[in-house]
Amino acid sequence: MMQSFTSVVLSIGILGGAVGVVACPSLVYSAFLLGGVLLGVGGLYVELNADFVAAAQLLVYIGAINVLILFAIMLVSPGSRVQTSSNWNPGEAILSAVFVVACIKMIQQTPWVNPPFEPEVASLVVLGGHLFSDFLLPFEVVSIVLLVALVGAIVIARRDPAAS
Amino acid sequence: MEYFLSIAAALFGIGLYGLLSSRNVIRVLMSLELLLNAVNLNFVTFATFVDGHELKGQVMALFVMAIAAAEATIGLAIVLSIYRNRTSVDLDDFNLLKW
Repeated sequence: MMQSFTSVVLSIGILGGAVGVVACPSLVYSAFLLGGVLLGVGGLYVELNADFVAAAQLLVYIGAINVLILFAIMLVSPGSRVQTSSNWNPGEAILSAVFVVACIKMIQQTPWVNPPFEPEVASLVVLGGHLFSDFLLPFEVVSIVLLVALVGAIVIARRDPAAS
Repeated sequence: MEYFLSIAAALFGIGLYGLLSSRNVIRVLMSLELLLNAVNLNFVTFATFVDGHELKGQVMALFVMAIAAAEATIGLAIVLSIYRNRTSVDLDDFNLLKW
């Protein structure tokens, strides 16, 4: 099962970046490595014939969420940014490792149903059709969720006008 | 297809370790983004290889992305609010609810 060169390179970048996000002592480096991981996952989406999802990943995850995380890191004072994070937790590492090994064993043992791979050329047309026909209700509900999240974040993070 | 699923599983495991063992709250939120990305990769892999013409997995990935954006916003607003009161983002300091 030979994978293409790009998917192997992207996977090494993704997993290495993820280890860096978790283990890097400086929080800013972790945030930039998270951006690298998100970029690598976007590259894998392009390889998997999901071009619109890859574009949305770059715009939403890297362009909005990663920038938001960097803002939050910058708003928290430098004193708590440099963290001596050499608290290596063996229990949780073993738990995660057991979980990953169990998942990979399950992936390799399951007889997956693989119809012949005919990539859909116009994936955006299919996605748009879904979003307006059978996924219309989740689409509208997600817009309400985003509105509520926006208002809620403003209310939570607002400075109390009476106190300041 | 098993290759992409294994990559997603490994990413999920790394994010799980980061979620459980980080002392900094923002690092916990970053590990949560890793988890959500692993799940998205899983959905898109199945959409490509099993559901080639309907692509419902990609629709699901778009919804997960939108919900992840909303949740990251709220989480970071809460972190800012806590930081304003206690000037600390160390999870070991947030122990008021402990018994």
